[in-house]
Amino acid sequence: MGKTPFTASLGAEVLTGGDDVARLRLPWSEKLIGDPATGIVHGGVITAMLDHCCGMAVGISLRKPAPYATLDLRIDYMKPAEPRREIFFEARCVKIGHEIAFTRGCAFQTTADDPIALCTGAFMFTGRGSLAALIPADGPV
Amino acid sequence: MTDEQQTIARLIEALPYCAHLGIRAHGGDTGMLLELPFSPHLIGNQTIPAIHGGVIGSFLETVAIAQVLWEGAVRPTPRPVNVTIDYLRTGRALTSFGRAEIVKQGRRVLNVHARMWQDDEAKPVAALQGHFLIASG
Repeated sequence: MGKTPFTASLGAEVLTGGDDVARLRLPWSEKLIGDPATGIVHGGVITAMLDHCCGMAVGISLRKPAPYATLDLRIDYMKPAEPRREIFFEARCVKIGHEIAFTRGCAFQTTADDPIALCTGAFMFTGRGSLAALIPADGPV
Repeated sequence: MTDEQQTIARLIEALPYCAHLGIRAHGGDTGMLLELPFSPHLIGNQTIPAIHGGVIGSFLETVAIAQVLWEGAVRPTPRPVNVTIDYLRTGRALTSFGRAEIVKQGRRVLNVHARMWQDDEAKPVAALQGHFLIASG
């Protein structure tokens, strides 16, 4: 889990934490630029990576794999990413219901308490049948 | 396409991230019309196959920016404050299109709505609502 053709095309790497936090690292590259005058990355890069990271957070919170898709995503951009520096992404699944999973995510360059962007994402399970078995007994609340 | 639309189209297509996605920009009756041809590197789910949700978000944000540029509201690139994206249908392995409208132009902030569709504009794949900052800094 965690690798898709798109995120691979951006050069994203999955970081393993061994906990319930999904982590990604995005090394700097020219193709991420959205403002050539300043070298600042395109806001869409942050959106894409946070979507992916929140999706991963849902995946690692499930007992067994199940199909799901992004229902909605809200991104607040706190400040532009500093050019020529890697960006980190972290996300956590805060609640898994029968139909919907709720996530929170963050993008930062130095520490998570100094974010570039914060996000809230909801994901919908797309498979058929009961999903109760997927919900971890002692799962996130 | 008017000269103004041509200029904005070239500007959008020349942004490195937009070039990576393969975004093409055209002029439309009400502003800019953007196109995202399908390409294998845009895939997020290989079994369907479906375009990555992040690609859809990135495309919609670019659609909004193009419209803001066309309406002359802000130069150079408008800065997003926040965006909300509703995912309505699967983004299939097809060419996607997008257009946007400025719902409210305030003195500091613009409210923009954008939508993306594939073969039927009445069946949107995703919709974005965003605020963009006019003042620089």
